Amino acid sequence: MARIKVPRKSTALDMTAMCDVAFLLLTFFILTAKLRQEDPLHVDVPPSTTVQIVPDDNIATLSVGKGKIFFGIEGTDIRRTLLEEMGKKYNMTFTPDEYKKFAVVPTFGVPIAQLKQYLAMDEEARKKLDQPGIPVDTTTNNELTNWIYEARIVTRNLKNQELRFAIKGDAKDEYPAYKKVVDALQRQNINKFSLITTLKAK
Amino acid sequence: MAELDTSGKGGGKGGKVRSKKASTRVDLTAMVDLAFLLITFFIMTTTLAKPKAMDMFMPDKSKKDVQLPVPETRTMTVWLGANDKIEWFVGAPGKSQPTIDNFGKNGIRKTLIEQNKKIEETHQGPDNYMIVVMKPSDHATYKDFVNMIDEINIAGIKSYAVVDITPAEVAQLKKDGNY
Repeated sequence: MARIKVPRKSTALDMTAMCDVAFLLLTFFILTAKLRQEDPLHVDVPPSTTVQIVPDDNIATLSVGKGKIFFGIEGTDIRRTLLEEMGKKYNMTFTPDEYKKFAVVPTFGVPIAQLKQYLAMDEEARKKLDQPGIPVDTTTNNELTNWIYEARIVTRNLKNQELRFAIKGDAKDEYPAYKKVVDALQRQNINKFSLITTLKAK
Repeated sequence: MAELDTSGKGGGKGGKVRSKKASTRVDLTAMVDLAFLLITFFIMTTTLAKPKAMDMFMPDKSKKDVQLPVPETRTMTVWLGANDKIEWFVGAPGKSQPTIDNFGKNGIRKTLIEQNKKIEETHQGPDNYMIVVMKPSDHATYKDFVNMIDEINIAGIKSYAVVDITPAEVAQLKKDGNY
């Protein structure tokens, strides 16, 4: 008796469609991706029910945590010009290399006197550095208020827009730390700002 | 798996040399692998949950002479103490004993909605809304502060203000063990 031969089917699959889909998704993610920037100051943001998202540009973020204040501003051109203006104010001259380096620092928390030293560091060393935060006191002419003030002027000159401010506070921080930042803003008559929160359900 | 087929079938025997027909099938496995690897990478690195911005308005300090007269009966004062505790009272300070409250659905949110309703009922319009005066103490956390503004937003309170706490109020908080 002749045995019935089971025809051997090829295991080859047509991968074309799968490949298409995969690359389509890949393209989508590459285009929408905005790489997560590592924050030098780890801030645990409190939740709220607000649904409004933080705007991407034209915003300065003041991070408050562990009693330190960090300053961050969007836009490489703004950061560059901002350093120029701050240099003028504090009689400091920066090299073109330092400008270039500062333009890619999204958030920092060093006093301006240590800024040169900070910029000279490489990525790894910066990560390890325990940044002391931007000095702030009750006078109107402290470093934080100057950063804020110059940032506003630079934004107005470059973008012709009013700079917005967002405060990113740590949930466990006590209220006075936050109050210090608000006072610094209010001294310049900035009475409207945003508090950065994460979403929570009602 | 799908692969490039290069084995020419039925070649060799005939006298004529036939040009081999190369298959057009290409092994895509590696390519798909790579694509998915990259997708995974980009999914991981994108921040999908964007942070939310809660707008906050502070009274303009430069205009000291502009003040609206507000009846005390329409104000509700809220102190934020330590350990997520709240103390609140309606009306002028010192006249009524502050109530100790918590955050949450049955805590301050209920209170805000109830008090707001009560005030709207007992006062003549159009300005009959409740005004919440928030006084965070030095031991209140930032989380409590944000939470409180959030509760105010949820309860639909039209007007609120953040005011510095006075030593007398701190003393009261201390007495109640919430400082």
